[in-house]
Amino acid sequence: MTEATNNEQLFEYVVRIADNALVTGQRLGEWVGHGPELEEDLALANFALDYIGQARALYTYAGEIEGAGRSEDDLAFLRDSHEFRNVLLVEQPNGDFAQTIARQFLFEAYYLRLLDALASSNDERLAAIAARAVKEIRYHLRHTRQWVIRLGDGTGESQRRMQDAIDRLWQYTGEMCTADDIDSWAAESGIGPVPESLRDDWNAFVDDALSEATLARPGNEWMASGGKEGRHTEHHGYLLAEMQFLQRAYPNSTW
Amino acid sequence: MNAAEAQTVATEEQIRADLADLRDPEIPILTLDDLGIIRWVRATEDGVTVGVAPTYTGCPATEVIEASVLERLRQRGYPNPATERVLAPPWTTDWISETGRAKLKDYGIAPPAASGSKRALFGAPAVTVRCPRCDSGKTTRVSEFGSTPCKASYKCDDCLEPFEYFKCI
Repeated sequence: MTEATNNEQLFEYVVRIADNALVTGQRLGEWVGHGPELEEDLALANFALDYIGQARALYTYAGEIEGAGRSEDDLAFLRDSHEFRNVLLVEQPNGDFAQTIARQFLFEAYYLRLLDALASSNDERLAAIAARAVKEIRYHLRHTRQWVIRLGDGTGESQRRMQDAIDRLWQYTGEMCTADDIDSWAAESGIGPVPESLRDDWNAFVDDALSEATLARPGNEWMASGGKEGRHTEHHGYLLAEMQFLQRAYPNSTW
Repeated sequence: MNAAEAQTVATEEQIRADLADLRDPEIPILTLDDLGIIRWVRATEDGVTVGVAPTYTGCPATEVIEASVLERLRQRGYPNPATERVLAPPWTTDWISETGRAKLKDYGIAPPAASGSKRALFGAPAVTVRCPRCDSGKTTRVSEFGSTPCKASYKCDDCLEPFEYFKCI
């Protein structure tokens, strides 16, 4: 294999992780000023900041791998929906607070395990970024897990909302731990884990929280996919429209 | 600076001393030294580079800190000043100096109460966060989050003072 194709694959792999972080950060940022209470407003804003920081570090690295002079901003603001490689789960709308928490919980249960594995990647830069990020996501996940339990094992109303949220998002959880060619390449090259190797642990962690929250694990086995290839749900376009508007309307504007 | 001076390579101690009073923009009571984020200093005939560790990946203070280091290096006339972001090993609150911890407490922010190890982070052993005003150990966590990524919100059950806690990471 030539170095050029290796670079293409590594670029693709790093961009995926970055896109997950950016899209999550953008979604969480939508909560600022709208949190159900001040503490949660601060928490979600803090989460968003961590994710955007992670996205920046990863895009900067991706731009260097590509070697075409694209900056973190170019990658974030000047690509269209079909060029984004985030999983479908993270682009799902915030909905009510329960749906946001459910989305964060289901994603972070995976993301934490991915980062943990990436921290020992043989790609040094990726390992360094992951080792930093894993500490942040561990803190997030502790918080979101507590909320899943508090709402699930709460009032009739909060339980209904949390169960609805888990049921609605469940179909988007299969993609994370399912390898495609790029994931397999990364695993063979010692850059990332085999996604399926994270699944048992993800299942155990999620089941444990759901049972403590007196919530039912959804029975549907059919899983949506396509995010890693750039086939997104319609929500993705609206998210980009808001996030990218300024750079699209006023190219190269800075402030 | 004249040519003769420029040829002398500054020592790490000199450069560190020149940076000693630079402060964290968000918690200005702490110097960069107190935080332990100046990881290394590299001085050669070609220039001076300072390695700075970000506290949190998304901390907006990182860029301000890097800019302040660059500005100081320029002011002191060092050749080709530069900063480098040091990601590995990741910054931990364990690197905050004893002086830094004392300053935090005086400032009204409870310093990190345990090591930033995985165990402490998962909250396995319950750490006692002491009120920075009255030193009481009877405190309640109001929120795991606060005004900056590095802090959580607490209140003291004895003196009733609300305060911030510099969380372990």
